[in-house]
This record gives sequence, structure tokens and C-alpha cells, in this order.
Amino acid sequence: MTMEQYPKVYLYRRIVEAKLFIDSHYADNIDLDNIADEAYFSKFHFIRQFKKIYGKTPHQYLTVVRVEKAMQLLRTDLAVSDVCYSVGFESPSSFSGLFKRIVGLTPSAYLTQQQQIKSQILKTPLNFVPGCFADKNGWTKKSNFEEVI
Amino acid sequence: MNHVSIFVLNQDSAFEFYVNKLGFKVHTDAPMGPGMRWLTVCPPEQPDLEISLMAITDGMMFTKESAEQMRNLVKKGTFGFGVFQCNDIYATYEELKKKGVEFTKAPKKEFYGVEALFKDDSGNWFSLGQKK
Repeated sequence: MTMEQYPKVYLYRRIVEAKLFIDSHYADNIDLDNIADEAYFSKFHFIRQFKKIYGKTPHQYLTVVRVEKAMQLLRTDLAVSDVCYSVGFESPSSFSGLFKRIVGLTPSAYLTQQQQIKSQILKTPLNFVPGCFADKNGWTKKSNFEEVI
Repeated sequence: MNHVSIFVLNQDSAFEFYVNKLGFKVHTDAPMGPGMRWLTVCPPEQPDLEISLMAITDGMMFTKESAEQMRNLVKKGTFGFGVFQCNDIYATYEELKKKGVEFTKAPKKEFYGVEALFKDDSGNWFSLGQKK
């Protein structure tokens, strides 16, 4: 059966399954050829349909998912080298290079930045809330925030 | 506009819905005192638009009675807080359905474009359209 004989909904479902597979198996050594086969596509068609829908090739998408997961883990104060291997990168240097290209900061700089933001949120949370909302919720009436928390 | 509010029944459940199902990013998650939390999320391509997931609690903004009324209105699905758009409505529809998002209308061609309707975990409804 050729691609054109399938109703379009089944085509979408197969691409979405592949995308969700990448979302949940990003830390593994994923063989994107296998994913194309599982979706009953030729590799060429799979990449083309995937890019049409998600704006990225499956490989580019996998890299972005790994970097976004790395950002989440760095926000939990995990060490950079641990994060690198946890999300499926094989070397700290390639991880750092790709992370900086996508995020604009090295993983270490991002970790430091997030630690500073977390500390500021805990010390002065009102600096992160528009005044009208803080006022309407009664948060500005408490003069010493640390006492409340 | 850089802030908009959506009233939710439970901020933990709303976090699960907007972040883990819709794929929104957490902008600020700040404890504001016992039982109080300032939680804002952003659509993935709009990091400067903070959507505040507002708890409905009696205090300054609501009285006990109006908070109860508001919660009932939210539960009934009274409010449609906005319109989202995506690159591919059919792929987004299939993915969100698979993640357990409740759609009240499947993607359908209207004179203004293709549109679907879905609800959040509290009952608020949203229109989902495709970028032209």
C-alpha cells in the first residue's frame, strides 16, 4: 500500500506516536531509522512529514528535547556532568556546545543563573508579582515577607 | 499585554495540565505564604506572556460567597479564557488527545479557519486554531 492510500488521520497518528516516543525515550540511544520503520514510513518520508509538522527534523527535535530536559534538571541543582549523561548526551563537550547554541548560555552559566533566580524568588517574591495582583491578593500588606513564609 | 489570568480550581493540577500536557514553560513559581502561590506559565513560543494560574480563594479578591460562586462557574465550564494557535492542528489534536486532554469539538473547517475546542482540568474552555 502506498502512503497516499492511508487516510490522513492515520498518517498524523503515526507521526505523533514517533514524536511522543522521542519525548519519552530521549535519554536512550535512539535509532531514528527504527522509529521511521515503526511508523511504516520510508526514512525520507518520515523526516519530511515530521519536519512539515514540527518544523524540525527528528534529529533536531531530539536534540531540543534533550536540551530542554537538561534545563529542567539544572534547575534542580544537579551537576552539569550528571545532567549531560542523564539526558542522553555522550560527551560533556558536545552537550555544552549544543546547549550554548540553543539556550545562549553554557550549562554552568545557566545553572548559576537559575540558582540566583531561585534565591531571589525566596528572599523577595514580591519582585516577581505585578503590584496590582499582589495588592488584590493582600500580599503587600505583609511588611516582612520572611515572617509570613 | 504581558500578563493574563486564568482562574483554576487547583494550582497543582493546573500545573500538571498546562506544563506536562500542553507543554507550557514555567515562568515563575513563588510561594507567597501559607496556602498561597504565584504561578505563571508561558506558551512555548511566547516567553514574555505570563499566564497566571490563579487559585480561587476567599481573601482580598473574593469573599467566601463569591469564591464559591466563582468555583462553581469555573467547574460548569462558563469561561473561555482565550484562543491558542498551533502549527498543525491535526497533529496537536492527536497528541493532546493521547495525553488525556478533553476536546469538546474535534478540528473542523469553519469559514475563519480550522478550529477545535478543549477544556483544561478545571473546566475552562479554549479555542485552538491553526496558524495560516
